[in-house]
Amino acid sequence: MILIVAEHTAGKLAKSTLEMVTAARDSGREGPITLLVLGQSVAGVATEAASVADQVLVADLPQLATYNAEVWAAATAQIAQEGEAHTVIIGGSRSGREYAPRVAVKLDAPYLEDATRLSSNGAALQAQRYTYLARVTETVEAEGPVIVVTVKPGSFAPAGAAGVAGDQYDVELTLPAPRVEVTGKSVEKSSRVALTEADVIVTGGRGVGSPENFSRFVEGLADNLGAGVGATRAVVDAGWRPYAEQVGQTGKTVQPKAYIALGVSGAVQHLSGMGKSKNIIAINKDAEAPIFKVADYGIVGDLNEIVPALIEASKR
Amino acid sequence: MNILTLVRQVPDAEARVKINAQQVDLEGATLVIDGMDEYGVEEALRLRESGAAVEQIIALAIGPKRNEDALRTALAMGVDRAIHVETEDRFDAVTLSRVVAQIAQTENVSLILVGGQEADWDSQALGAASAERLGWPQLTWTNELNIDGETLTGRHDVDDGNETFRATLPAVVTTQQGLNEPRYPTLPNIMKAKKKELRKDDPATYGLQARVRTVNAEIQTRARLNRMIDGKDPQAAAQQLLELLRSEAKVIA
Repeated sequence: MILIVAEHTAGKLAKSTLEMVTAARDSGREGPITLLVLGQSVAGVATEAASVADQVLVADLPQLATYNAEVWAAATAQIAQEGEAHTVIIGGSRSGREYAPRVAVKLDAPYLEDATRLSSNGAALQAQRYTYLARVTETVEAEGPVIVVTVKPGSFAPAGAAGVAGDQYDVELTLPAPRVEVTGKSVEKSSRVALTEADVIVTGGRGVGSPENFSRFVEGLADNLGAGVGATRAVVDAGWRPYAEQVGQTGKTVQPKAYIALGVSGAVQHLSGMGKSKNIIAINKDAEAPIFKVADYGIVGDLNEIVPALIEASKR
Repeated sequence: MNILTLVRQVPDAEARVKINAQQVDLEGATLVIDGMDEYGVEEALRLRESGAAVEQIIALAIGPKRNEDALRTALAMGVDRAIHVETEDRFDAVTLSRVVAQIAQTENVSLILVGGQEADWDSQALGAASAERLGWPQLTWTNELNIDGETLTGRHDVDDGNETFRATLPAVVTTQQGLNEPRYPTLPNIMKAKKKELRKDDPATYGLQARVRTVNAEIQTRARLNRMIDGKDPQAAAQQLLELLRSEAKVIA
């Protein structure tokens, strides 16, 4: 079977889970698609999961109320072994890429990380993935009785519901005690759409000029377009914006339909996080800025004049 | 306590990456210590300087002969000695974690520091896989770290924000931006580093077998329209851009 560990937040199945189901269907690997739901009070999530999978395994336990790498790895490896999974698919989120390598080691399985495409070639599972700060696309492959894969968010279309809802089964787990104690948590809430789920992102760089201008231009335009707000590392380092908004190698990787970069120069580390966006729009007064090389639409000009005009025009 | 800090040598972020015979070819590229690993080297030094009971800081590189340069840089920054497992073969991160785990055990290491995502593999797996092989906990994407006796505290990024944590050594910590500002090696330290031990290990002793094969590599050349709009008339430029986004790109209503 193909085992997918469902990602969910606030009692809802995450879009990334539906993307993983498509990845499983595309992979050419045979057998039932099984979703594993780990958590507490996840009956609703399990029912949603049943609409896209052949079967759903549910572990609804207090020990699973909050994510922990060692606990998630133990649960996933145990179910993979008991269910004789030949393919284990885990989300390419920060947490997924944190525990998936542990699952691979536990199962003595090869690990294909952050796949953007999956296919079968005989006994081998092939994955495309980005390397060298996303400047290179590599195709890698592995064989084995079981292979562990993480899937890059936003790379596969979300799966639609299957004709018949899959059956749900409760599973028993033997879980280790977590050894990392969380002593505090700061959730970065935003009233705007999450960067990794946004169709349109407006990002500001140092060229925006000041934190006040960032609010005025970047947030102003984003609100008119119903877009997410992103920031470059320089802007985050300067303390203008929270780290949660950072796009790039050390921040989030995004691939929206439109990425509007205001005053962004286009360092390679930034491009590695947004270079796969469907449309890139750059506005910068420096005509030599590297961002223009990857832009579909570019305006060389003064943000102070163009962005207010854009905000005004986008209101209508 | 001994600290093991992992050092990967990667192309400079501004270097052009070439493909030759469907594989990445680093010949002639400017290679540097991976920036994220450098935070780990710096953090090891700072933990010692802050009074933690650090006996030895050991830098480890696994890769071709040229990796000596990255290790010499780490030695010049202040690590005590270096181990180089010299191999021309390309191994995936989960396979390489075997070497890391074995060396951590033979060198009596209780803290491993490694970059959160290496700039060649774009992989986050080495720290986690090493932790699993050793049976240790891990803290990933760490941007604050303190040690008091055997207790680690700090802060790290998670899916929806950040957490403060407490854990007990031994552990693996993956490092990133914000943790510190790596120092530049001074000339006297560069001279001193030449006398420090750089041990060569034979990869055969670690029983490595790559589990992931690279079939093909391509430079990403997604065709971009590169359509420039004249910005001299801001109103006209704004209108034109919105029109293109509506009608051609179809990304806004």
